[in-house]
Amino acid sequence: MTDLADRQKLSYIAAQAADARLNVELETEGMTLNIGPQHPATHGTLRIIVRLDGEQVVWAEPSAGYMHRGYEKLTEVRTFPQVTALINRIDWLGSFANEVPFILAAEKLMDIEAPPRAQHIRTILFELSRIANVSLFLGDLGVQLGAVTPVFFAFRDREYVLNLIESATGGRFHPNFDRIGGLKDDLPAGWIAETKQVMKRLRAFCDEIEDLLFGNEIFQSRLRGIGVIPADVAKQYGLSGANLRASGVDWDLRRDQSLPLAWDKVDWKVWTHPDGDSFARCWIRLQETRESTKIVDQLLDTIPAGPIMAKVPRIIKVPEGEAWVSTENPLGEMGYYVVSKGDLGPFRVKIRSASFNNISIVPWVLRGVYVPDVISILASLYFILGDIDR
Amino acid sequence: MSLLAADLPYWAQSLLRVLGGTVAVLLPAGTIVYLFLFKMMSFMQSRLGPMEAGPYGSLQLFAEVGKWLQKEDIAPENADTRVFRMAPLVVLVSTFLLVAVVPFGPDAYFTDFDAGVFYMLAVSSISTLGILMAGWSSANKYSLLGGLRAAGQLIAYELPMVLSVIGVVIQAGTMNLQSIVIQQNDGEIFGFDGLGNPFLLTQFVGFLVFMISVQAELTQTPFDMPIAESELVSGYMTEYSGFRFLIFFIAEFATAGVFSLIASVLFLGGWGLPFSWFGWESVDGIDNWMNVGGPLILVTKMVVLSGIIMWVRFSFPRMREDQLQRFAWKVLVPISLVNIMITAILKVVF
Repeated sequence: MTDLADRQKLSYIAAQAADARLNVELETEGMTLNIGPQHPATHGTLRIIVRLDGEQVVWAEPSAGYMHRGYEKLTEVRTFPQVTALINRIDWLGSFANEVPFILAAEKLMDIEAPPRAQHIRTILFELSRIANVSLFLGDLGVQLGAVTPVFFAFRDREYVLNLIESATGGRFHPNFDRIGGLKDDLPAGWIAETKQVMKRLRAFCDEIEDLLFGNEIFQSRLRGIGVIPADVAKQYGLSGANLRASGVDWDLRRDQSLPLAWDKVDWKVWTHPDGDSFARCWIRLQETRESTKIVDQLLDTIPAGPIMAKVPRIIKVPEGEAWVSTENPLGEMGYYVVSKGDLGPFRVKIRSASFNNISIVPWVLRGVYVPDVISILASLYFILGDIDR
Repeated sequence: MSLLAADLPYWAQSLLRVLGGTVAVLLPAGTIVYLFLFKMMSFMQSRLGPMEAGPYGSLQLFAEVGKWLQKEDIAPENADTRVFRMAPLVVLVSTFLLVAVVPFGPDAYFTDFDAGVFYMLAVSSISTLGILMAGWSSANKYSLLGGLRAAGQLIAYELPMVLSVIGVVIQAGTMNLQSIVIQQNDGEIFGFDGLGNPFLLTQFVGFLVFMISVQAELTQTPFDMPIAESELVSGYMTEYSGFRFLIFFIAEFATAGVFSLIASVLFLGGWGLPFSWFGWESVDGIDNWMNVGGPLILVTKMVVLSGIIMWVRFSFPRMREDQLQRFAWKVLVPISLVNIMITAILKVVF
């Protein structure tokens, strides 16, 4: 497999060849189609410029930045506890998962660790936001392929998860619940029993989606063998999360990293798929949703007693230093590189969000496919615009 | 000449036909939109659908139409305005032309002529023209892609549709839709006349191919590439708003209704019930109430068939256009050719 620079050359040559082809055989004309910034398939304002020969894509380029909100800069004028309210909005479907790596990085700098109970509840909420995020993906997948019904089931069952997050944290979408040294509050009464019910329901939802969509022949013929990303290419482009595991790379930060979170205390499986096509990516996410419900179930049984907040000073000043923490978020690897100069707020924060790297493969994977496959590949790569543009 | 209108002057007959035609196009469209698009779809998707306008939202359709009529009629700056404005009407005209040959009762029909099947298949492709006009004149790349996809798809699926109807024509020995209905209700299978002889039983392969082709002709979901709202925004309808979008919308569902009417005429016995149930010996023995009951029976059959069309629409994902073409040319066309051959052989044998 050739390296990145060669690929860029190749795509340039492909674009040139497309131009050259125009007047040769049928005197056809190429067409440049802007998919986005406003387009139903881009979940927001991603713009993908594709050059078409008929309906075949000869060249494609994602153009991000239509929703850039400058969070990296904004964090520099916030105190550490205030930052979580901002970074909630990066991946807005799995908000709590955005807070955790930042808080962990700050805790690493301050050299404190949350008490075990807080670690457990953090992990539970992390997995709940993963379920809320990915279950919506599973429904949205149908819409992208023209099946309108599954998305309503997804919204219906995601609602239960959001209700859980709301009753625990007070916020449905943007909990802003994680604190340096622990959590804001303890779990409300009856929450554990309720969560177990919802997890059962979510497993039924996964079965339903598997029946409705994944078993459908049209669905399979639309996704199998489309948008194949081999393992080495996936690594070169820095894919992470389910997109990488679907290419057969056994890589999951929840397992491979030792963080003060509770994943190592439960029994679960990292799914991989050898194919690397769109179907594999969707299938991996389905399996991961199931796996997440199992993680939550096990964690609920083993929540240790104790405080939910470590001893932290009233005014948080983070000592001078640099820290990098990344976690396996619903969309892939999400990390924060936090530089502190000993002030109330961070000196510089670099956000590594998963979707930004995941869509970098778009020019490579879209060449030669048809317009309908552009949509299905984008859907299966699963990006969230806030996660691209931050 | 229709017996119902025999005593009326010519202008009154014409008026009746115009009114009847409008009702025959709009009523199925309204029924399908309310029953299936609003209600069945909602119940399938665990929601209630419209509930506020009228009892169980039954007047929602009027609210929608009123909303659309109030909207501004916009044409894009670069559009070929005349063609752009004409296109939805062309699509709707094909629906009206289609309904003209559908027999609603022994004497209740608009026209009754011997090449009915041929005419029906011919005018059904006028809508392709309208869609292509809409796609091309909109000056929008999505519309263009949608229009071209529609042209390719509708032409591809015209063929299996024609071929599947040929089986019926061979069996009936006529292209007159009225005679096809009467033969089905008057006939018998192996000497048993309790069911009549609906061609659904003998031509079930043809029926399947016909319904699949209808699904594609109507650009309903497994074959909705031309509209493909997640890819092409709204395909050839992207630039339309207000009244002209309404016409496209009516045409879509009215055509679904009319094709269901035609399918029930060709395969389910049309307006009739088996004559043996009432002891009618032949066409001449039919009681006159059938002219009122016939349309009701026909509409019931239509609702069942369009329900199936909509059911499929709400449950399936969409195919890719090359898969769709492959399905038409490599599966449906050979199947219907074999069906024609077997029908012809059996026709000669029996």
